[in-house]
Amino acid sequence: MRMLALLLAAMLAAPSAAQDAMPPAPFAYRQLDDPEQEAAAQELMETLRCLKCQSQSIADSDASMAGDMRHQVRIRIAAGEDPDEIRQWLMSRYGDYVSYEPVMSTTTWPLFAIPVLLVLIAGLLFRRRFTRRP
Amino acid sequence: MIAEIGLAALWLAAALAVLQMVGGVLALRGGTESEIAGLTRPAAILQGGLVAVSFAMLLWVFAITDLSVKLVAMNSHTLKPLIFKLSGAWGNHEGSMLLWVTVMALAGALIAGIERRLPERTMQATLAAQGFVALGFYAFLLLSSNPFERLSQPAVEGLGLNPLLQDIGLALHPPTLYFGYVGLSVAFSFAVGALVTRQVTPDFARAMRPWILGAWVFLTLGITAGSYWAYYELGWGGYWFWDPVENASLMPWLAATALLHSASVLASRDALRVWTIMLGVVAFSMSMLGTFLVRSGILTSVHAFAVDPERGTFILFLLALYIGGALLLFALRAGSITEGERFSLASREAALVVNNVMLSAILAVVLLGTLYPLLTEAFDVRVSVGPPYFNPVGAVFLFPMLVVMAVGPLLRWRQDNWGRISKEIALVAALLLAALILCAVLFGAALLPLLGLSFAVALAVASLLPLRGRSLRRVPVATWGMVIAHFGLAVALFGMASESAFSKERLAALEEGGTTTVGPWAVQLDAVEPIAGPNWTALAGQLNIAYKGEEPIQIAPQSRNFWAPPQQTTESVLVTRWNGQLYAVMGSDSTDGRWQVRLWWKPFVTFIWYGGILVALGGLLALIGRVRGDLRRRTIRRKLALRRMDEEAIA
Repeated sequence: MRMLALLLAAMLAAPSAAQDAMPPAPFAYRQLDDPEQEAAAQELMETLRCLKCQSQSIADSDASMAGDMRHQVRIRIAAGEDPDEIRQWLMSRYGDYVSYEPVMSTTTWPLFAIPVLLVLIAGLLFRRRFTRRP
Repeated sequence: MIAEIGLAALWLAAALAVLQMVGGVLALRGGTESEIAGLTRPAAILQGGLVAVSFAMLLWVFAITDLSVKLVAMNSHTLKPLIFKLSGAWGNHEGSMLLWVTVMALAGALIAGIERRLPERTMQATLAAQGFVALGFYAFLLLSSNPFERLSQPAVEGLGLNPLLQDIGLALHPPTLYFGYVGLSVAFSFAVGALVTRQVTPDFARAMRPWILGAWVFLTLGITAGSYWAYYELGWGGYWFWDPVENASLMPWLAATALLHSASVLASRDALRVWTIMLGVVAFSMSMLGTFLVRSGILTSVHAFAVDPERGTFILFLLALYIGGALLLFALRAGSITEGERFSLASREAALVVNNVMLSAILAVVLLGTLYPLLTEAFDVRVSVGPPYFNPVGAVFLFPMLVVMAVGPLLRWRQDNWGRISKEIALVAALLLAALILCAVLFGAALLPLLGLSFAVALAVASLLPLRGRSLRRVPVATWGMVIAHFGLAVALFGMASESAFSKERLAALEEGGTTTVGPWAVQLDAVEPIAGPNWTALAGQLNIAYKGEEPIQIAPQSRNFWAPPQQTTESVLVTRWNGQLYAVMGSDSTDGRWQVRLWWKPFVTFIWYGGILVALGGLLALIGRVRGDLRRRTIRRKLALRRMDEEAIA
């Protein structure tokens, strides 16, 4: 009887304990065995944003969500998926916001146009400065 | 009573700032001999004293933990060690703004007290500008962030005992940056003063230069320290995240670097007048923008900012007022300021112009990347701009700048020919190419680290070339400063490139007694022990690590759990060798009795911060050299004046 009570207590306690301490997904903190695949995964993870953090990639974060995303990235790379496909899949789930990789689009074109403009302005400044003689 | 004295002193100081401003303006109109003009300098000096009193009172209420003061009750606790009680005085919004005006008023008092090189009209205009800027910050403090506000019911105990914030680095980091920001505000006031009176002269640049140098040294130290703090504290080995808060300190640094070089040209060659003024305005704008980004809460979310916008709006208003006003003045006056002395393409001035344009372009890229996501977020479009954007786009401007930086210091002022320094150029170019090919063949790293490594090698050698053929003992201190700062940049670049090219990562799940390797290190997990601290418990992993057959060392990284507030942190352990750092982190346990251990071997990563320290040291030497030179000139001038008086008396 006491055993049963204990067992019951343990069963009741287990879910609540699991709530705050769910074990991280297997590949959140485990590297892939193939170094080439791991390098590809690492490269991809460094350009994916941790959505729970401030300006950190999922490769630099202890947040559990970042761990889950690392797990996803690693198992998909291991299954032979292309890094770009994985990025697309994550972007379709979490929005463009999840990717740090700069992509030219209707909302981001100034990020590319302005540096080009800067190069032109710099060139023009040098020309003006150094061709006109006193 | 103490808090009231502080508040009264602050109000009086604000009134004196008005007097300083009005006095300066009237002096411009009525001539510097008028009675009111005589008040400007004393007003600035007295103001410095009053604000210092006010800040001292704030320190006092924190030292005795006067819980009837709201700020103390919110941010302090009777049980804190005294040092953290004191640092708590500026570890919050109100206190940090008071620290800002304190430093600013003391700087104003200093220039009012000792700066006599400039024409009196320019000084009056400078002090008026300084008073005007200070007044905005007094208004901000007194109207929306009063640090001395009392509670109607004194609190029983303070709220601020968060152990994570009791860190000496965290106590010193913000003031360091603030000193930098304030130094740039002084440079800004000088620029406005010179613009108003159209006296953009070498003397003006010399008066401004120590302030820029000082600000630059503080900013360099602040950024270096902040980066190292992020590196050891966050537990993943990253040292720079292009986070808006980091960018907020980097942008003033970039502007100050450009301003520093431009002011040097103006001081020694009377060229680049308009540039110097422009950069003075930009540098202070970046400080204001940095303060706005960090203090307004806009970074957490644009929408959170929109809900409680009082402080943010106030700073934004000040930003618009000062920067808009300065730019307007600039637009009105720039036409009447001549460009100054001319120079040819092969000259040190030309190299510095290239450097300035490139620095400004990098600044523009960082500014764009920082503000653009905020802008789109206001329209509910979330865009992520991070390292994959900043690194390559910044590099487009950085590497050409480094080329010029290697060659520029070898050139003579005004006009030189390339033939004279062709040997040096050939040497640097050969080094660059050799390093590039060697690294590509040996390591085959990605493009940016590859360029970084080879440029670092070439630049390190090039930065020492200005010393060639000179007697080392007779090289002026300021020149040593330049050489060391440039060398420091090469060192830091080497560290960054090496970190990104050669880092080795190992995430391992080890049972007790299990082994793994990372780079040249062999690692064994001997045991995992629980440890209890005053307000935390921890799991410490006893790791036995050995570098390539050397004697093993014991280290014990911890995974800590704090109770109040509940928070998990990692206490990483860094093992520093001359050629890099081992970075060990203890994770939480896995389910199967194995323990998560994260290990990195980061070759030469420490060079990043050694480089930063060298750059700051270079700045400090330059500052010492310049101030000594200024003092010597002042003594000579005084002696000449005395002799002239003697001669007149004899005649």
